[in-house]
Amino acid sequence: MARELAMPKLSDSNEESVVLRWLKAEGEAFVRGEPLLEVETDKATVVYEAESDGVLESILVGEGGAAHPGEPIATLADGAAPAAAPAAQARAPRTTAPAATASTMDFRSAVREALDEALAADERVILFGEDVAVAGGVFAVTPGLYEKYGAERVFDTPISELALAGAAFGSAVNGLRPVIEIMFGDFLPLVMDSVVNQMSKYWFLTGGQVSVPVVIRSVVGAGGRFGAIHSQMPASWFMGVPGVKIVAPAFPADAKALLRAAIDDDNPVLFFEHKRLYGLEGEVNGAPARIGEAAIVREGRHVTLVSAMRGVHECLAAAERLAADGIDAEVVDLRTLRPLDGDTILASLEKTTRVVVVEEGPLTGGWGGEVLAVVAERGLGDVDDMWRITTPDTPVPYSPPLEDAHLPGADRIVAEVSRRLG
Amino acid sequence: MTATEHGVDRELELDLYRRMHLIRGFEDLVQSLFLRGEVYGTTHLYSGQEAVAVGFASVLEARDRVAATYRGHGHALALGVDPQALLDEMLGRATGINGGRAGSMNVTSPKDRLIGSFGIVGGSIAAATGAALALRRTGGVAIAFFGDGAMNQGYFFECLNFCRVQRLPIVLVCENNGYGEYTPFQEVTAGAIRARAEVMEVPAETIDGMQAWTVRDAAERAVGSARSGDGPFFVEAITYRYVGHSRSDPGKYRPDGELDRWRERDPLTLLRARLEEAGAETAALDEIEGSVAAQLAELEQRALVAPFPEPQAFTEFKD
Repeated sequence: MARELAMPKLSDSNEESVVLRWLKAEGEAFVRGEPLLEVETDKATVVYEAESDGVLESILVGEGGAAHPGEPIATLADGAAPAAAPAAQARAPRTTAPAATASTMDFRSAVREALDEALAADERVILFGEDVAVAGGVFAVTPGLYEKYGAERVFDTPISELALAGAAFGSAVNGLRPVIEIMFGDFLPLVMDSVVNQMSKYWFLTGGQVSVPVVIRSVVGAGGRFGAIHSQMPASWFMGVPGVKIVAPAFPADAKALLRAAIDDDNPVLFFEHKRLYGLEGEVNGAPARIGEAAIVREGRHVTLVSAMRGVHECLAAAERLAADGIDAEVVDLRTLRPLDGDTILASLEKTTRVVVVEEGPLTGGWGGEVLAVVAERGLGDVDDMWRITTPDTPVPYSPPLEDAHLPGADRIVAEVSRRLG
Repeated sequence: MTATEHGVDRELELDLYRRMHLIRGFEDLVQSLFLRGEVYGTTHLYSGQEAVAVGFASVLEARDRVAATYRGHGHALALGVDPQALLDEMLGRATGINGGRAGSMNVTSPKDRLIGSFGIVGGSIAAATGAALALRRTGGVAIAFFGDGAMNQGYFFECLNFCRVQRLPIVLVCENNGYGEYTPFQEVTAGAIRARAEVMEVPAETIDGMQAWTVRDAAERAVGSARSGDGPFFVEAITYRYVGHSRSDPGKYRPDGELDRWRERDPLTLLRARLEEAGAETAALDEIEGSVAAQLAELEQRALVAPFPEPQAFTEFKD
C-alpha cells in the first residue's frame, strides 16, 4: 500500500528544506534506520533515515528541489520490492548549489558563489576551517569546493581556532589570501589574539610593506534557538580594533559582492553571515560592491531606521506597517559596520531629522552607540530625535518566547516609532 | 660530535663566532642605553642564548621564513637585519627598522626573512604555521622560535597538531632557558617538553643550546627533514638566560651560583675554545672581538644622533 513521505521538520525555525541527494533510487527497498536522503535546512545538512521498512516507489521532489515540512517529497510502498539497481547519479556528490538560477538565489548560495569565483580567479586564495571541505560546512555553505579545488586549497582543520586564525595570518603575510570559517561567531573570542595582536597590527608595524589579506567568515546572530553561546552578535567585540573591517550583509546580492570585495581587500576582514538569512532569496546580478558603503534600501521622509543583517528586514517590515499609519520610514542598510558610512547616515538624517538604530546586540558598547556618536558629532543641528533599539544587556535566552522577546523585531520598532513620532 | 670527528669548517664557524659576538655586544649596548634612558618601555635580552639563533640561521635559505619572540634581537641579527636600523628602532628613531613604530618587542623585517617578533607568548608558533602553509608551495621552511613558557600555551598544542596533520614544512625551536618569566619551568610544566612533540609523532631532539656547532648540526637535520616533505620537526635547545626576564627583573629568584655555573659554558667561550683547538689563531679571534666592539661603538654614536620621527597621522587601512 502506497503512502507519502513528508519533508521532515528538522528544527524549530526550519521553514523550507532542500533535497540534496536521494540515497535510494526509485524501486529500491530499504530497512528501518537506513539513510534515505540528505536534506539541507537553513542550518545544517541532515541525513534522514527511514522510520520503517519499505520501498521507495516514486520521488516527488528531486535533487535540488525544495519543500516545506509536511509536504510530500516521495511515495513509499510497504514491504520489499524486486531489487532494482540504484541509479548511479543519485549517489554522485553534489557539486552545484541548490536553488540557484542565473539571477535569483538564496543567501547561502550567494556566499558559496563568491567563494567559488574567488578560488577560481586567484590561485593564492585558500579556504579552510572546521568541516568546510569534505562535509561542505555545517551550515552547508561550502559543498563542492573541496572536490573542485583540491585538498591543498580547501581543507578541513582540527577544532583549533587559535591555530586556524594564526595560520591565516602567517600565510597571508607570506603571499596567500586565506579565507577561514569560524563556525559560530561565539567562537571568535578564541581567535582574539590573532586578530587583535597579529592581523590588525602587521601592516602598521611593517610600515606599510606587508598587508594581511585575511577573511574570517563567521555565522552570527540569534533567533535559531541556539542558546546563549551560539547566538551572539560579535561585532562590538571588534569595533575598537583599528585595522579590522567588519562586513555584515543583509541580502544575497550584497553577500556575494561584499564577500568578493572582502577577499580582494588587502586588510583583515570579518565577514558576518546571519544564520537567519541563509534561506533568504534575492536577486543577484553580479554587480560589484564596495566595503564601507551603506545603502538606502527604502526611501522615506519621517524617520531613518539604521540597521544591519537580519535587523534590516525587521526595519523593512516595520516600515511597511508604519506606512499604513502615515509614517514614512527610510531604511539604511549599513552593510559594513567598520568603517561606518557616516555620510549616508547623515544625508538621510538631514531629510528625516530622526534616527533610530536597530541593533541585534547588547545596548552597552554596541555599534549603535557609534552610529549615534557620529550623528551627535556631525549632525546634531539636524536632529529632532535619536535613539537605539537593541537587545537587553543580558545573554540570549533559549526558549522561543524568551528569545523572541529578547530580539529587536518589527513589533517593537513599530511600537517605539509610533509612540515617539505620534 | 667533536671537532676531530666531524672536522671544523673554520670559515663558517668564525662567521658564527662573529655573529654571536655582535649579538652579545648589541644586548650589552641596549642594556647600557636603557639605563641611560635612551631605550624606552621594556626590553628582553638574548644574552646567553646566542648559539641557538645563530646556529639555526646559518642553515637557512633565502626562501625560508622565521618567526621570533619579544626576546628577538638575536634572531634578527642572526638573520642579517641591519644592526644600525635595529638599534635605531630601540631608540625610537625615524631610521629604525620599523621607523620607530615597533620598538624592541615587535620588530619585523620581511626582507630579511623575519616575519616578526611576537609579543604574545606562543604567537610566533602561529605565524610560522601560516608561513609554512604558504611555503609548502615554494619549498621553503618556516622556523618558529619560542621559549619554554610557550609550551603551556594553546598555540603550541593547536599549531603542532595542525602542522602535523597538514605535514607542513616547519621547525619548532623551543629555547628552554629555564624560566618562564620569573618562574622555573619545571614548577609549571608537567612532564618532559620533548615528549609533547613525540606524542604527536613529530620527530624531536633535545640538544645542547650552548654549542653553536651542535645547534647547527641539529638545524641541518631538522630543516632538511621539514624541507623534504616529512612535516614538522621539533627541537628543544637547552640554554640559559643571563639576564632577568625583562629590564624590570633583576632575576633574584635564581639559586646562588646558578648563573656562574652556566657562564662556565658560555656559548662564546665554548666556540672560541673549539676554534683554537682546531688551529684558529688567537690573533684572528681577537681581531673579531675587536672589530665587533668598534662596530658597536659606531652604531651607538650614530643611533644617538639619529632623528626622531615627526608625529604623523597613520592611515588605518591599505587601499
